[in-house]
Amino acid sequence: MKTKILAAMLGCALSIGSVLGGQAMAAETIKVGVLHSLSGTMAISETTLKDTMLMLIEEQNKKGGLLGKQLEAVVIDPASDWPLFAEKARELIEKKHVASVFGCWTSVSRKSVLPVFEELNSLLFYPVQYEGEESSKNVFYTGAAPNQQAIPAVDYLMNDMNVKRWVLAGTDYVYPRTTNKILAAYLKSKGVADADIMINYTPFGHSDWQSIVSDIKKFGTEGKKTAVVSTINGDANVPFYKELGNQGISSDTIPVVAFSVGEEELSGIDTKPLVGHLAAWNYFMSVDSEANDAFIESWQKFIKSDKRVTNDPMEAHYIGFNMWIKAVEKAGTTDSDAVQKAIIGVTVPNLSGGYSAMMPNHHITKPVLIGEIQEDGQFEIVWQTAGKVAGDAWSDYLEGSKDLISDWRSPLSCGNFNVKTGSCSGNK
Amino acid sequence: MTIIKLLSKDTGSNITLGLLALVTILVPACNLLLPETSIFHVSSYTMALLGKYLCYALLAISVDLIWGYMGILSLGHGAFFALGGYAMGMYLMRQIGSRGVYGNPLLPDFMVFLNWEQLPWFWHGFQWFWFAMLMVVLIPALLALVFGWLAFRSRVTGVYLSIMTQALTYALLLAFFRNEMGFGGNNGLTDFKDILGFSLQSDATRAGLFIASGLALGLGYLSCLYITRSRLGKVCTAIRDQEDRTRFIGYRVENVKLWIFTFSAILAGIAGALYVPQVGIINPNEFSPLGSIEIVIWVAVGGRATLYGAVAGALMVNYSKSYLTAAMPDAWLFALGALFVLVTLLLPRGVTGLLRKKEHVI
Amino acid sequence: MHIFLRVLHFKLFIPALLLTLFFSQSAFCLQTEKETQFTEGIGHLLHGNFKEKALATKQVADSGDSRAKSILQAMLEGKLYRVKKDDTLVYAEIKSAQAKISSALTGEQLGFVKKRKLKKITINNKLRSSLKASLARIDLASPSSTTRLQAVNKLIKNLTPRDSLLLAELLQKETDNKVRKALATATAIAKLKTDDTTQILAAISDLSGNLNPAVRNELMTLLGKSKDDAVRAKAESALASIASSISFYGFIEKLFFGLSLGSVLVLAAIGLAITFGVIGVINMAHGELIMLGAYTTYVIQQLLPNSIGIALILSIPAAFIVSGVTGIIIERSVIRFLYGRPLETLLATFGISLILQQTVRSIFSPLNRSVATPSWMSGSIQINPILSLTTNRITILIFSMLVFAGLYLLLRKSSIGLQVRAVSQNRAMARAMGVKAARVDALTFGLGSGIAGIAGVALAQLTNVGPNLGQAYIIDSFMVVVFGGVGNLWGTLIGGLTLGVANKFIEPWAGAVLAKILILVFIILFIQKRPQGLFPQKGRAAE
Repeated sequence: MKTKILAAMLGCALSIGSVLGGQAMAAETIKVGVLHSLSGTMAISETTLKDTMLMLIEEQNKKGGLLGKQLEAVVIDPASDWPLFAEKARELIEKKHVASVFGCWTSVSRKSVLPVFEELNSLLFYPVQYEGEESSKNVFYTGAAPNQQAIPAVDYLMNDMNVKRWVLAGTDYVYPRTTNKILAAYLKSKGVADADIMINYTPFGHSDWQSIVSDIKKFGTEGKKTAVVSTINGDANVPFYKELGNQGISSDTIPVVAFSVGEEELSGIDTKPLVGHLAAWNYFMSVDSEANDAFIESWQKFIKSDKRVTNDPMEAHYIGFNMWIKAVEKAGTTDSDAVQKAIIGVTVPNLSGGYSAMMPNHHITKPVLIGEIQEDGQFEIVWQTAGKVAGDAWSDYLEGSKDLISDWRSPLSCGNFNVKTGSCSGNK
Repeated sequence: MTIIKLLSKDTGSNITLGLLALVTILVPACNLLLPETSIFHVSSYTMALLGKYLCYALLAISVDLIWGYMGILSLGHGAFFALGGYAMGMYLMRQIGSRGVYGNPLLPDFMVFLNWEQLPWFWHGFQWFWFAMLMVVLIPALLALVFGWLAFRSRVTGVYLSIMTQALTYALLLAFFRNEMGFGGNNGLTDFKDILGFSLQSDATRAGLFIASGLALGLGYLSCLYITRSRLGKVCTAIRDQEDRTRFIGYRVENVKLWIFTFSAILAGIAGALYVPQVGIINPNEFSPLGSIEIVIWVAVGGRATLYGAVAGALMVNYSKSYLTAAMPDAWLFALGALFVLVTLLLPRGVTGLLRKKEHVI
Repeated sequence: MHIFLRVLHFKLFIPALLLTLFFSQSAFCLQTEKETQFTEGIGHLLHGNFKEKALATKQVADSGDSRAKSILQAMLEGKLYRVKKDDTLVYAEIKSAQAKISSALTGEQLGFVKKRKLKKITINNKLRSSLKASLARIDLASPSSTTRLQAVNKLIKNLTPRDSLLLAELLQKETDNKVRKALATATAIAKLKTDDTTQILAAISDLSGNLNPAVRNELMTLLGKSKDDAVRAKAESALASIASSISFYGFIEKLFFGLSLGSVLVLAAIGLAITFGVIGVINMAHGELIMLGAYTTYVIQQLLPNSIGIALILSIPAAFIVSGVTGIIIERSVIRFLYGRPLETLLATFGISLILQQTVRSIFSPLNRSVATPSWMSGSIQINPILSLTTNRITILIFSMLVFAGLYLLLRKSSIGLQVRAVSQNRAMARAMGVKAARVDALTFGLGSGIAGIAGVALAQLTNVGPNLGQAYIIDSFMVVVFGGVGNLWGTLIGGLTLGVANKFIEPWAGAVLAKILILVFIILFIQKRPQGLFPQKGRAAE
């Protein structure tokens, strides 16, 4: 009997080993990793990005692939589990031998995989707006940094809508904390008094907004024009906007400008009470350009539904993927170091009718658009920056980071170079 | 001497510990000594993965000790695991020193960028490894002691206790999410550089951590085995089966429960501390109540009230989770869910129970 | 003669003609001025940027043209379009790709065109408020008293001292009481802005006890700038009385918020109170049954897209059936094999919850679904200027009490309720008395699950309908049941409401997160003191 159990257990262990250890690299394809959660809390946002990547890869293959080879998507589900992100990233790079990875949504997932990409020297394209304060040799940030979203939005409210009082409402995590810190510093530099700024944080998935909305209402009826700058995340938005509508706060009394509400989020909300509230992004589905029309058409064809919308992070993947393709073609190889060198300065069309360029700090240039929510769940663009704004890795409004710059070109080749002390600390 | 006595007539434990010893020696050896081209080479990925499983197995044992042997179903054991992990994470954060992105020698990056002026008091001392290790043990133990003292003394039992432990871990989850707490909020602690001066990126350090996890699991296993075989262990089983009678006989049931519960929390804390440097991040999600339920499921799948069952369960469930998330990402929740239902319905003694039944028949 | 006459006629004719010409000319002049203003405005509306459009709306509004109001209204509602080809201004009703259009200037029906051929006349927030102001000015003369009231209230927000005359005039003509009150407030506020001390003092007396936020703001500014001691003292005392009213109504508001949060908790927990309390089963899939109810609401609303209100009411029985049947299936296929092993049930139902979640995710996609709110559930009831209660919360509060009452009656007064209680109190004895315990178990579980489904209908009105909906409520539900006392419906009711109210009173000074943590810690400590909860179950089943 003993031997039987032993055999069973050994067999089990061996089979684990063989599955974990085996799998030779298939020849003749270039593998592209897609690291987006397909289950768990983040699936709601990330599944769409996975589909976007599959579509982009399929289209590229129709055009003849890359370097004469076909591209192959390797999709893995990190299940909204942050340590699992690191493990799966390692699996993609070490075991599946992917040439680059497109993925992550939350800051914590990016922070989790970052050491893995740096250690194994692979490439990550990160498509979501984030808090900045990071520049890694191995990561390309195709979403907006705070200066590409938050500051222009506040400028718009201040100059075009004469807003004098500010409610900075956010979910309690790093992105809102940092953004609000930057905004508070920025507002104070513009002469806004402390008493005219109200900062509020709520937990993830907060669903009972009665008291907070009532406070906002009180804050807003004290005479001066008030606006809410919302960094409220995902699920908490629906009850927030519903409560706003029910307590009679409409966009012409207290407008709300959101940085995390896009077309996809709106598709899950009854938009009637939201009409006129604002959002700041670098892309809206309603952008009037040929590239955008073509993108929407192929997306709806790919996903087999003409009801599906497009959004900003999808555009970020579109830009990031095309930049990578161009850089690989330029370098003639998918080797990480060569691609890193080749990609800086690469310019590709974005979907709003212009071009975006990869900057030396691994962020990209983008236009900033401000849109008002319409009843059909789309945004009407009411304002946009005259030119394009280059992403700033280190905010000028934060104490610790205003002296830091990032430039990955040699000879500097540093993600956090302190111009005051003239030294590069941390990652090189 | 005692070890031999412990292990006599316990086939399951013999095999488990034998395999564990084998794995603890072979995996690092195959990783470090064999060239990458060899078919017996174990990649760093696999080693990190297996190392993680070993930590989970230790965690599973800690749950099995109180659930399988004493009938206390803790739905909050993830909390002790995470607290141990945070203690280790704080040590690793302090080790980064001025190599953080802002180059601040004292404050971790997340504090610099949220404008913290100085290091909070509870971060002091964590620059010393011995202090951090002490905390890995002390903090979970203290929490378990206080919680257990309150709960067991007022005879909160059964499902009530389970739900209270769940509330405990949920409250901690919310607390650690708060950025004001000074534990990095949602992002948690990450970007570790080295441990005791050895780089965490090097294979040798990883192998070291792997061996440490193997040893911890082995020692944890043996100590649990010792407890369950001792007189104390018999009392535990008595409490599980008939708490009132045990009390009437004259045993101080609440004291027994309290000490075992605390010991179990310490094991969970150690597992957490070993887990963090291997996966490279600790964040509040480790406190999530669902995570704690999963631990219980490992034990149930493997077979409760047998230590090797807990180990086997942790390995099986986590391996299938790793495998299914890659193989069929859309469907792994179906598979996992079905596994739980089927095991509880059809295999109340877990998978290892199947083997034992046969053993009994033969 | 004939000729003469003709000549005379002619002679008379010319001056007459000239006269008519002259008059019509001057009228025409006035007409054209307005007309040009109107057409010019329309022209800018068609092609201008937002700034030009803002001017254009003013022109159109001031033109006094009878078409102005409907055009501005349509613009505000986003129904004003221009035909891309020939720049006709049209009203359009969009139906998928087609649009039914009619000319905005002539009212002529122009039939159907493709949506793509039209371009919307877009507005932004600035324009929206200026449109509303223009419409309000038109509305001051509206025959409807509610419209006039709204118009006055809008006016209060930016008054100038000169407005007091205009207001006095309006006040004389006004017959409606509410509008008169608003006008009186407005007049007094306008007086506050004058330099005449006696007028100011009189105005302060008129305004004492008035809770309109504009009053408070004006008194504050007055206090800031006035040098007159009498005025300052009077303003201060008026402000103090306003402040005490505000804190009183603030208390009422908090209480309402707390009760409404509590009613949601009760609704979510009460199904669990039955399955957990009555038959001792820990159902980790309870949250997912709530989720099923919410999705049922969504599906029914998709089936009846034009009658949201009816769809919502229909969803209540539908959700009860969907969740209830799912519950019975779960009970028959899994839970009945696990009675007496509560901890195993917990694990199995956790597995079920994973399966249900993933099923919903596969069918409806992981995206949240939008559930519309019927008009009778949106908005709020204005008690006074600083206290308004939202209609959806009131509805849910009442609904939750009705569900509780219904359930209570069912368990207390019906024979099935009697059987349920019998089985829960002493299973063996009940069976000996001829109660089919297995059937009762299934029914009880189905009942609890069905109630969870109903809770889902209510929650769909408050929050996201998505696969994770259930997880968000499961722990809170457990807390309510344990706090209230297992097996006691009253306990669940009191427990839920208490926790809700406590949460809302802690929240202002501790913040939302800390409030929740404090509540959890409180429950943990409370259970140590009273392990059986607020209302312990009595009888043999208690041990």
